[in-house]
This record gives sequence, structure tokens and C-alpha cells, in this order.
Amino acid sequence: MTQTIVLSLKGLSKRFGSVVANDDVSLDLHQGEVLALLGENGAGKTTLMNMLFGHYLPDSGAIDVRNEIGAIEPLTLGHPQAALSAGIGMVHQHFTLAENLNALDNIVLGSEPLWRLRRDSAMARSKIEKIMSDTGLQVALDVPVGRLSVGERQRVEILKALYRDVRILVLDEPTAVLTPQEADTLFENIGAMTKRGLSVIFISHKLREVLAFSHRIAVLRHGVKVGEIATKDADERSIARMMVGADTPETQREDMTPGAPIMTLENVSVTGRSKRDSLTNVSFQVARHEILGVAGVSGNGQSALAGLISGLNIPSNGVFRIDGEAIAHGNPSAMIKAGVGRIPEDRHHDGIVGSMSVAENMVIERLNDPEVQSGGILKREAIAENAARLTEAYDVRGPGVSARARLLSGGNIQKLILARVFEQSPKLILANQPTRGLDMGAAAEVARRLLEARKQGAGVVLISEDLDELLGLSDRIMVIHDGELIEAFTRDREEIGLMMAGEYE
Amino acid sequence: MIRIEPRNAPSRALTLGIPVLSALIALALAAVPLMFAGANVATAYGEMFRGVFGSTFAFTEMLTRATPLIFTGLAAALAFRARLWNIGAEGQLYLGAMAAVAVGAGFLDVPAIVLVPTIILCGCAAGAAGMVASTALKTRFGADEVVTTLLLNFIILIFLQYMLEGPLQDPMGLGWPQSAPILDQGMLPPLMERMRVHSGLFIALFCAVVAQFMLTRSVWGFKLRAVGENAAAARHAGIPVNRTMMSVAIVSGALAGMAGVSEVAGLKGYLTADLSPGFGYTGIVVAMLAGLSPVGVVISALFIASVFVGADSMSRAMGVSSYLADLVVAMSLLCVLIGGFFARFRIARVASGKGEGA
Repeated sequence: MTQTIVLSLKGLSKRFGSVVANDDVSLDLHQGEVLALLGENGAGKTTLMNMLFGHYLPDSGAIDVRNEIGAIEPLTLGHPQAALSAGIGMVHQHFTLAENLNALDNIVLGSEPLWRLRRDSAMARSKIEKIMSDTGLQVALDVPVGRLSVGERQRVEILKALYRDVRILVLDEPTAVLTPQEADTLFENIGAMTKRGLSVIFISHKLREVLAFSHRIAVLRHGVKVGEIATKDADERSIARMMVGADTPETQREDMTPGAPIMTLENVSVTGRSKRDSLTNVSFQVARHEILGVAGVSGNGQSALAGLISGLNIPSNGVFRIDGEAIAHGNPSAMIKAGVGRIPEDRHHDGIVGSMSVAENMVIERLNDPEVQSGGILKREAIAENAARLTEAYDVRGPGVSARARLLSGGNIQKLILARVFEQSPKLILANQPTRGLDMGAAAEVARRLLEARKQGAGVVLISEDLDELLGLSDRIMVIHDGELIEAFTRDREEIGLMMAGEYE
Repeated sequence: MIRIEPRNAPSRALTLGIPVLSALIALALAAVPLMFAGANVATAYGEMFRGVFGSTFAFTEMLTRATPLIFTGLAAALAFRARLWNIGAEGQLYLGAMAAVAVGAGFLDVPAIVLVPTIILCGCAAGAAGMVASTALKTRFGADEVVTTLLLNFIILIFLQYMLEGPLQDPMGLGWPQSAPILDQGMLPPLMERMRVHSGLFIALFCAVVAQFMLTRSVWGFKLRAVGENAAAARHAGIPVNRTMMSVAIVSGALAGMAGVSEVAGLKGYLTADLSPGFGYTGIVVAMLAGLSPVGVVISALFIASVFVGADSMSRAMGVSSYLADLVVAMSLLCVLIGGFFARFRIARVASGKGEGA
């Protein structure tokens, strides 16, 4: 690895009102290296990259980029076009592809002048094919992008950047949507690219892959660069400490014998609007004192399963029992009454009514409870007291119980939902992506609460895309693929990964 | 550089200040066409003010005009809070009025204590039926209630014309398309001698207070707000979204129907096809101006009634067209809508950094 500096961020600072998003961040990127940028949500990774791309104008600081001929030049700040012409490319977490166009068109789109009447697609094709063979990023160029898999679409995004001759590539959480195998392939491709001189900044919060694939790690915390370390000198514990600023509490998982079955599915199917939200002939059960982890790449029927347990979907056939009672016409309130606690995947959209108060959101699932109302009139004092008690017990921090719930941070919204769910001592808990987007402290709190509920005798269905989380918490793991659930009688990441991709016997 | 940033929560001063400011701006803007009409703005607005507050008669006229607007304003405010876009208050008003004359104009000859509540009940039920029909189409088939409620207005108007020249026509009316008068004991009692203001005003104020209480303090209001603000979260939390919508539709339609009852049984005594000069549509403006708050509806109904009554009197005194009232009302609505943007967003000046253009 050469030590030529291709990019240096010098003392970048950015504040939004009173919030300091980045404070004097300096960072060098060398040619041909993979630099991992780590940090919790809100640590300032995105702001830093947005400054690099000219979306934000830094309050102070400068950026130098090495140009094609090897001279270091200052980058014009606040102009995305300048970043592009300096050879900086970015692949966002959410793809920006036109689904009805094929891969070739998507790659070329935007790089040719508008007024040209016909284009030289043969030249574009040969250039892309050369990049594909150099890097190993193989994609079918003539198929509409809508028909490509998520991993292939990501390759199209990367090819799009490479086609524009980028020398610096920023990848924002690239593995969030991939199976472990797809992720491995991606890292192989990145390896091939860096050998050819490309430099990569790789944003992530998955410590395992950062340790496995990067050369250097920079950690941001509260907008400040708190550490920079060569990957070979780092271990998971030390980086986690850097990210959080303290040791993260280890989740203590005691062994426990599962009790009586609490939820049973026999040949249950759910017909959704598309294959993505359907279930086909699913049979399994969850016992008390048991956490069942559901692994899988998103869009394989998780939402149908979650909808079934939440009461939003009704089974089109099969028998679905909760605590022995068959549920034929489930609806959310029947599920709540049956003792099912539900932590929804999209906590902002399904979990809270943002413009109603924190206190109101804490009782929204039990409006028939005589503690909350009498004769149809809300007991406002009791509701306020309940909220005061729960915010204390679950450490929900925010501007107060009468403030609108949307003013809470993501982690505190999740704590609000946890308080609402766990206060009712549910028999069965559905936790759908319960730690997505949470910082490590809040995620550890969610894990602790789930384990506590398991200890109290609840059965838990934990749906997650984070295999590490599933392996850490679950007693059993099932893999969901294409609307079907298969028990994984293994805790081997490799094998589970294959099952997630649908490759199993 | 200027950037638009969302505010965390609109402050109290803004929620109260914006409607008031909007009304004032609308009055100021209306001065321009007034000047073009050759009128002295100060005298014109003076006339307008006197037309509302100049005499007891003027003031009670304003209250009379405000009464149906409070009902239709409440109908819109409650429905809109649940994101149920009831644009059909005009039609529901006529349904209520038709039901009122159907039972009140001789069909039932019973003492006032029975007849008045019966008329009110029938009028409310008829108005509610109109809204329930549109809402059922929405919850069953996903038909957009904006379209169905709006179009139903025209159907009801044609039905009204048929009724006034057919079954409901006054046999003593010399062929005019009007209904028989409501029996004397079926009329809502007037509040003052020789004035037109009637006890429908008290019913309207009572409804506003009850609506305010129910919206903020009751489980029903909680469900209504939850469904309106985030139907997905409400459904997830076990609130029956469609049933809540339906209950809101009943209340909203009943209030609009009550506006018709109040006009027929409180003011006119008989039904004609020009009973309402668009009270149903103006109710939407009233509700928006009030920020969808039931108590606010009372205040904004009083304001809009003042503008209408004042403009009438100004037009009589100065010879300028009374269409000016429509102008003021329309412009206050526009100002409130624009003001609503400023309540939700702030405009921040962003200082240009030194790196720019380097």
C-alpha cells in the first residue's frame, strides 16, 4: 500500500443552530486504502460526507484533493459539481436508480450532455465491460434494474461511480441490505478496486466487517474524531469503547428451559399485495422463556409475519394460535387483548402518533382500560402520572410528557414503545427490527428488556437483519426466505447466510 | 442564502396570531379594489364596522349570520381533524333542512316540547346520512370522499328542487318552489323581540363547547385525533380506523344538517332552494381560519359573519359591490394557509461561508 495522500479533510466544523454536528474533524485518505468511518447514529458521519460532497458548506475548515496529475488542490466547498469533477463518488444506502431502465442506461444516465441527439452506447458498453472485468463487479447490462436483486443493484450504483472515473469512493452502509455472502463478494470487489488505486471510505456500524475488511479505522463521536487506528491493531472491544466513550454493557443471557408453547402456526399462509409481503405454509411455534430469532434479507416476508402477529394481517389459511386460542379474525386490539406486545419495525410510522403527546402515546393501546378512562372521558391526571412513572422507569428523555412525541429522538421513541409494551407484561412479544438505527446504549437497553421479558416467561419473536444481534439474543433461529420459514439448526454464520440467500437442501 | 427549516412545534403565539394577522392583512389587501372602486377606504371600513357594531339590530344580524357558519364550521373542523375531507356540508345542510320541513310543516302536529326536538333529530339524522353514504364509499371501496361529498352536493340540490316542486311544495304557495311553513310550535324560539337572532345560536355555541370537550378530553376525541394524525399508528395500536371515521362522519354530517334545521326552523320558517348562500362551503373557510379548533370556529364564524354583514351594509351606504366580502373571506383563507406554512417552518438566513467561490 502506498502512502500517497489523496484526500485530506482539514479541521472541518459544522453546526446546525446550537447543535455541533462536526467539530474540527481532520482526516487523511491514502491511495488504495479502505478507510472505515465508524460512529453511532448522530455521531456526524453523514454531515462529514455531505461536506465532502458539497451538500453542506462547512463553517470552517478546508478539503484538499489530489488531482489526476498528482497535484494537491483545494476543493471548492459547497458545490457538489466540484466534488464530482474532483473524482469523488458516493454510493448511498438508498439506491438512486431508475427501475425501468436497464443497468447500462442507469450507469450512463447523467454523464452525457443533454443536447446530444444520439449517444455512443457501444463505447459506453465497452468502457463498463472493462470496469466489470477489472473489478469483478458483474452485472447483466440489458436487464431492467427493477428485475435485479439488491446486491446487483448495488453493483450498478458502484459501476455508476466508477464509470465517472472516481478515484475516491464513499460507501454508506453498503452491507445493510446484503446477505453475508453478498457482502463478502462486495468486499472482494472493493479489494480488486483498491489494488487499482481507488481509495474507499466505508461508513458502517458493523464492527465485525470493519475489522475484517478495512485498512484503517476512524471513529467519530458527538461530531469529534475520537480515534484513528490501523485495523490490525484494533479489536472489537476497543473500537466499541471509542464509539460509545464507555464500555458497553455486555448482555447477560442466562440459559433457560423453554416453557409451554405460547404461539403456534400450522401451515399458515398470508396473502399480501406482493410476494414480498406474503407467507407460504409456515409452521413453527414459540415457547415461553424463549427468544426465536428470524433471520433474513429484508423483503422476504418479514412484514407479513410481523403483520400477522400484530393483528394487521389475517391468515388466508392454516391455524394460528396464541396461548392455545385459535385466532381467525385477528385485529390489533384482539392481539393486544390476547397479551401480545408489538414493537413495530417503523417506529415513527406505526409506533407513535407524532403530533400527540408522549403521555397520550403511552396509553394509546389501552383506551378501554378503566385506569385510563371512565365513561369515555379520559382520566387526564392518571394518564399524566402513568407517563411520568414510565418515562422515569424506562429512562425516556425528552422535553416532557406533554410534549409531542415526534420531538423525541429515535432511541427515546423506542423506549416509549418499550415502556408501553412491557408495562402490560405481555405473554408474547413481537420485536421487529427493534434496534435498527439506535445507538449502542439504546440497543443494549432493548436487548436487556427482551431478555428480562423472556426471564419473566414471555415468548419473543425477534425479527432482525443483523445476524450478530440474532446470534447474541436468540435461543433458536429461523431463516425467512421468499415467504417461507426454515429452522436453522446451526449457529454458523456461513450456513445461515446461505439459507438467507435461499441456497439450502 | 436563505434556507427554510422546519420548526419543532408551532408556538402558541403563532397559532393564535396567524389567523388574526391573516384577517387584518386580508382587510388591508381588500382596500386596493376598494380604492379602484373610487371609495374612501376609511369611510368604507367605517361603514362596514358600523354595519356590524353600529346598532343592536346590526349586531344581532351578524349573530344570525354566524349561527349556521358555526354549525358548518364545526362539521368541517371535526371531520378535517380526522383527515376526513367533508366538502359536502352544503348538501348535508339541505338534507337537514328538507327533513326539518318534512316533519315540521304539519306532518306532525304535536306540542313544541316534542316537535322541536323531533325536527332537530330528523334534520341531524338526514345530514348524517348524507355524510355516512360518502364515508361508506370511502371505507368500503376507497372512493375519495373529496369527490363524493362534493358531487353529492349537486345531486342533493337537484333533489331539493324536485322536492320543492313536488312532495314538499306548499299547496298554498301559488306554485312557487317553496315548502309549506314549519308550524309555529316547531320554530326555534327567537332570542330578542323584533330581532331575527334565534336560539339556534345557543345550540351552536353549546355544540362548539361540547365538541371542544369531546375532542380534547374524551376517548372518542383521542381516537379521532390519532386516526387523523397517523392512521397507520392508530390501526397498529388497535384503534378501529374505519369505525372511528364513520362516527366522525355521523357527527360531522349531523352538525351540517343542524345548520339547515337552524336556518329553516330558526330563521326562514320555510324552505326554498336559496336557503343557504354557500354556508356549507364557507364553513370550510371558517374551520381552516380557526385552525380546526371547535372554540376557534365560534370566533372565526363571528369574524366571517361580520365581514359579510358589514360588507352588505357598506355596499348599501357607498354603492360598492358587496362581492368585496367574498374577496376579504377568500383572502383571509389564503393568508391563513400561507401563515400555516410560517407556523411550521422558519426562514433562516444562512451566512455565506468563506470557502464559497474559492
